[in-house]
Amino acid sequence: MSKNTPVAIEYQNVHKRFGGANCNAVDGVDLSINEGEFITILGSSGSGKTTLLKMTNRLLDPDSGNIVLFGENIRDVSPVQVRRRIGYVIQQVGLMPHMTVAQNIAIVPKLLRWDKKRIDSRVNELTALVGLEPSEFLIRYPAQLSGGQQQRIGLARALAVDPKIMLLDEPFGAIDAINRLNLQDELKRIHGGLKKTFLFVTHDINEALKLGTRVIVMNEGKVCQFDTPRNIVKNPADGFVESLIHSCREQEKFWEGLI
Amino acid sequence: MQEIWANIIRYFDNNMDAYFAMLRQHIGISLRVLIISTIIGLSTGILCVIFKKQQKWIITLFQTLRIIPSLAILVLSIRFLGIGMGPAIAALTFLAIPPILMNTVAGLEKVSLFVLETAKGMGMTPLQVWLKVRLPLAFPMILAGIKTATVEIVASATIAALIGAGGLGQIIFQGLSTRQTELLLIGGISVAIMSLGAVLPLNLLDRFLQRYRNI
Amino acid sequence: MELLQFAQRNYSLLLRALSEHIQMVLISLILSILLAGLLTIVAMFFKRIGTLITHLFSIVYSVPSIALFALMIPMLGIGRNTAITVLVLYNQFILLRNFITGLNEVDPAIVEAATGMGMTRTQLIFKVRVPLSLKPIFVGMRLALISTIAVAVIAAFIGAGGIGLLVTIGLETGNNNRVLWGVILSAVLGIVVNATLVFIEKKIN
Repeated sequence: MSKNTPVAIEYQNVHKRFGGANCNAVDGVDLSINEGEFITILGSSGSGKTTLLKMTNRLLDPDSGNIVLFGENIRDVSPVQVRRRIGYVIQQVGLMPHMTVAQNIAIVPKLLRWDKKRIDSRVNELTALVGLEPSEFLIRYPAQLSGGQQQRIGLARALAVDPKIMLLDEPFGAIDAINRLNLQDELKRIHGGLKKTFLFVTHDINEALKLGTRVIVMNEGKVCQFDTPRNIVKNPADGFVESLIHSCREQEKFWEGLI
Repeated sequence: MQEIWANIIRYFDNNMDAYFAMLRQHIGISLRVLIISTIIGLSTGILCVIFKKQQKWIITLFQTLRIIPSLAILVLSIRFLGIGMGPAIAALTFLAIPPILMNTVAGLEKVSLFVLETAKGMGMTPLQVWLKVRLPLAFPMILAGIKTATVEIVASATIAALIGAGGLGQIIFQGLSTRQTELLLIGGISVAIMSLGAVLPLNLLDRFLQRYRNI
Repeated sequence: MELLQFAQRNYSLLLRALSEHIQMVLISLILSILLAGLLTIVAMFFKRIGTLITHLFSIVYSVPSIALFALMIPMLGIGRNTAITVLVLYNQFILLRNFITGLNEVDPAIVEAATGMGMTRTQLIFKVRVPLSLKPIFVGMRLALISTIAVAVIAAFIGAGGIGLLVTIGLETGNNNRVLWGVILSAVLGIVVNATLVFIEKKIN
């Protein structure tokens, strides 16, 4: 990264503990992410990766520490304002079942009171961007879409008001292997074309290393390593990262044995 | 058969005005009760969902209320509220609240947590989440509750003739005590048509609102 | 106090009302379940007829009971049999709705597995669908029973006797205690029966 690239997201010693738990869900995370990066956060369930993501758009608030987006501490911005500036995609998609595809994509533009013409053209543009034919899909209801199509619309909806930051929480976790590969490629293409900062949570090491320009490996609330995929594979920072890579390699051997 | 038919015609010849007055009374009281009980049931249901702690005993209370035969509640209201239009409205409202309240709570709780979270994540204010997402998605269930309540209201309003509510029930009760078949038929058919007529538009509305479910 | 004295003096009257009521309810319930069971089996084999029957009974169900009673009198006269007829008709919608949706909502994977093992349609219904939907079937019966207890109170107006008779005669003669006992017995009967059945439901699970 060049030194002129502005910092998009900064986590400053962020802690979070849930009521009733006896250890921190997120434990002293200190990171800085540049604009335009595609960051993947890799970790197993309970590693704190989703908690870190949800604190970024204030669905959760940290107990201590600060999160700064483009120089602005989000504590000082109302949760609603923060969220409208950030795209958010989850595994379950969460399309509104009572709204058509077009209405779903138009939710945030409508909240921001865009005029109808601008909304319509944006909706068309986005549907095409995620690889679906607008004339065919815009009038459908979510129940009429396949899982992969629903997630494409989820993506389009999150991109609606052109947010500088996108948060994606295991968006392809419930999608079959072949479609997942397609969607990964398309997401990479979309990211490359838009110059946005993506924060992508996954528990799939292949997905994390394939998509991320840099990868955050998390375990038990702490960041084990934050580096490029190449460096992580070459120089695992600790035993945990090493075991992750080892498990992946084992699988590779299994595959090679089949050939 | 012919005799009954002749008697029905004679009844309408002599009592046209009285009949329509009772019909108006019946519709009037039913509509008023429906509006009041919808407002109370819906708002209590929403409060129940917001204040989870109180929810359980309120629901148990109304569930029990629903089990008690309606005649018992109507008769009991005479003792506590007296006879006439006002007490009748109060008693009928009491009977109509449970289905609306219960369905409101069930409908609101059934809305998927993921849908609510994404709505919040997109930057909807809590009020917007309620108005644009949660209530619209719960509405079919709420409507089903209103439908059940409507049937209950029209039925109980008929019996409420006993406690001075007026309405078409008077024709039936007069028919029962004087054994006049034509009165039983006129009253029975009128009430049946009114109940079915009230449910029909609600069914159509329901089908229209649920079109996103099964296409 | 006065209420208790009335009960002491008239306990045989109250007991008779209660037993008449329970008899009427039980006869209606048994007939209702037999009829609904038969219709459900028909509905399982002929989907179209099933939907038609359910729609028909949903219309019957939206007719207020007192109106249905009134309409039956010219055909069947007054008395307990007319009341039982109406109660059975009324119950069909409650029972059919629970029976049919219960049977249809059995996990499709299990149905497919059973079909794959070579079960006939009849075997599928009785060996798979029925045993796996006992819960909704039981819930349907409970709801029907509670509704029958309540509607049977109104049946007193057409001379069917039971708890409702305490209320109707009490109202006519201005006997407050009689009315109140009618109210108490009907409310308690409904609540106790419901609580017992809910308890059994939980035990079975």
